Amino acid sequence: MADTQVGAHPDPHVSGEDPSRRDFIHIAAGAAAVGAVAALAWPFIDQMNPAGDTLALASIEFDLSKVAQGQQVTVKWRGKPLFVRNRTEKEIAEAVKDDHADMRDPEPDGARHKPGKAQWLVLIGTCTHLGCVPTFGGGEYGGWFCPCHGSVYDTSGRIRKGPAPKNLVVPDYAFLSDTKIKVG
Amino acid sequence: MSGHSTYEPKTGFERWLDQRLPLIRFAQDTMVGFPTPKNLNYWWTFGGILAMMLVFQIVTGIILAMHYVAHVDYAFASVERIMRDVNYGWLIRYMHANGASMFFIAVYIHIFRNIYYGSFKAPREVLWLLGCVIYLLMMATAFMGYVLPWGQMSFHGAVVITNLLGALPVVGDAITTWLWGGFAVDNPTLNRFFSLHYLLPFMIAGVVALHIWALHVPGNNNPLGVNVKSKEDTVPFHPYYTVKDGFAMGVFLLLFAYFVFYNPNILGHADNYIPANPLVTPAHIVPEWYFLPFYAILRAVPNKLGGVLAMFGAIGCMFVLPWLDTSKVRSMRFRPTARLYFLIFVLACLVLGLCGAKLPDDPVIPGLTSFTLVDSDLNSYVWLSRIAALYYFAYFLVITPILGLTETPLPVPESISAPVLSHPATSPAGAVASPEKRG
Repeated sequence: MADTQVGAHPDPHVSGEDPSRRDFIHIAAGAAAVGAVAALAWPFIDQMNPAGDTLALASIEFDLSKVAQGQQVTVKWRGKPLFVRNRTEKEIAEAVKDDHADMRDPEPDGARHKPGKAQWLVLIGTCTHLGCVPTFGGGEYGGWFCPCHGSVYDTSGRIRKGPAPKNLVVPDYAFLSDTKIKVG
Repeated sequence: MSGHSTYEPKTGFERWLDQRLPLIRFAQDTMVGFPTPKNLNYWWTFGGILAMMLVFQIVTGIILAMHYVAHVDYAFASVERIMRDVNYGWLIRYMHANGASMFFIAVYIHIFRNIYYGSFKAPREVLWLLGCVIYLLMMATAFMGYVLPWGQMSFHGAVVITNLLGALPVVGDAITTWLWGGFAVDNPTLNRFFSLHYLLPFMIAGVVALHIWALHVPGNNNPLGVNVKSKEDTVPFHPYYTVKDGFAMGVFLLLFAYFVFYNPNILGHADNYIPANPLVTPAHIVPEWYFLPFYAILRAVPNKLGGVLAMFGAIGCMFVLPWLDTSKVRSMRFRPTARLYFLIFVLACLVLGLCGAKLPDDPVIPGLTSFTLVDSDLNSYVWLSRIAALYYFAYFLVITPILGLTETPLPVPESISAPVLSHPATSPAGAVASPEKRG
């Protein structure tokens, strides 16, 4: 080995002499770092989504006997107002009459209440425009009127005028008995 | 910062420090010896005023955070406690609340000054972009700060603004739920807004440092818009502009003090002294005055997504301004036609602000009967805001690019000193080219 010439066995660690091995280490280390950051990013983003206890409070029961005919009771559900409206015969008739009127988000009145329970309208009480709470009985259709940007809803909660794109949302709910509903 | 250091360490300690951390050299070069165009007018003092306001907001904000409770059940009461029981709490909170408004007054003057004198043009595009980023961060900070007292306007303002993002197709709902941390604006929302409201001012401070760095590379623009040609054109920052900025700050503080001591609630809304109630929306919901022009643009478009896009587009236009302006002449002193369009632009912004404060369907001229055009009466604020919004976008996207190519600007002086030195008869007796050399 003493007669080995300088340069005959070049140092494999000199840059460029063994590209495949060196590149592999660089790429592997880089990929591991990127992978670690990406894997850690998701927990940091997802922590802002609704927490377990927030989700657990997601359903309520409501006693309909509290609502007099022609009136509405507003309860809080998932932090939002929930309208429970006991409609009069006249209000139901007006809503059904307009089933084929020109509407932005066409929907028959029958699809907005449970079968055979036309008097009970259960709606999420936030305007589909920007989330304000429409006032009961306002607007030219006797349904709701949103004070923020002037959306008008009819007695079926359907959007009739103004900037809102959709009808007031009907949440998932079920009748537990004739006078009790469960929402969510 | 850009290689014209005039600092010479005087004491042994300064020499010792200068070789280890040239902190004094840095301060000397940026705030004392920095060569500044000698013709800057008072419109140039708002940068310093803004820096002062940022410091005020951070100091008062840190103090308020010592007494504030970020919880839906306690937030409103804790703010009232600051107002009634905490020693000088009323002063610190009124300084913070009105300080935000003063901050925006100063930033709007700063932006309009920039557009008028063409400061955003080459080689200051990055400086302008950083300014736009600061403005965006300011808006986010102000919005989240306004939510913290948890009054009626706080709550429903947060509902409306976060719902704007719900207009985005497909991902809208997921984004709003993520932002809220629930199914509505609630305690998790308040908590994260408090956290971010504390963070963002320090991010602003960071971008301000970059902004000043980017300013010190090409140096200041000036009212003539011509480049600095020689040392004759500049004076050292201290004492000339430290004193000028200081005087302007004093005058600005008088205005600030008027609001804090004599009219602390004039810029706010009485409804925000009612605790937040998610079940009832205030009859007339409006944002703080500094958001009104954008709010008017949002409402001018009859489509939800369209309105949101127009509003963000209005801010987006600002970012691309350096590439929309085709004029080689910076200052509008030499662009009489551009000056006219600029004044209309300022007017359009003010009209948009007025429209944002009014109910859309209210008549602009009471008692005047007109006709319905498309969806609303022509004599209504919604139509006035449409006209003003149209001009706003036209100014950026049509007028600015075309005008630079078609107009004939007035002759531009050779240098900052030239107009003075070439007309000795018109200059006041005793005026010299380098006033700082006297005495």
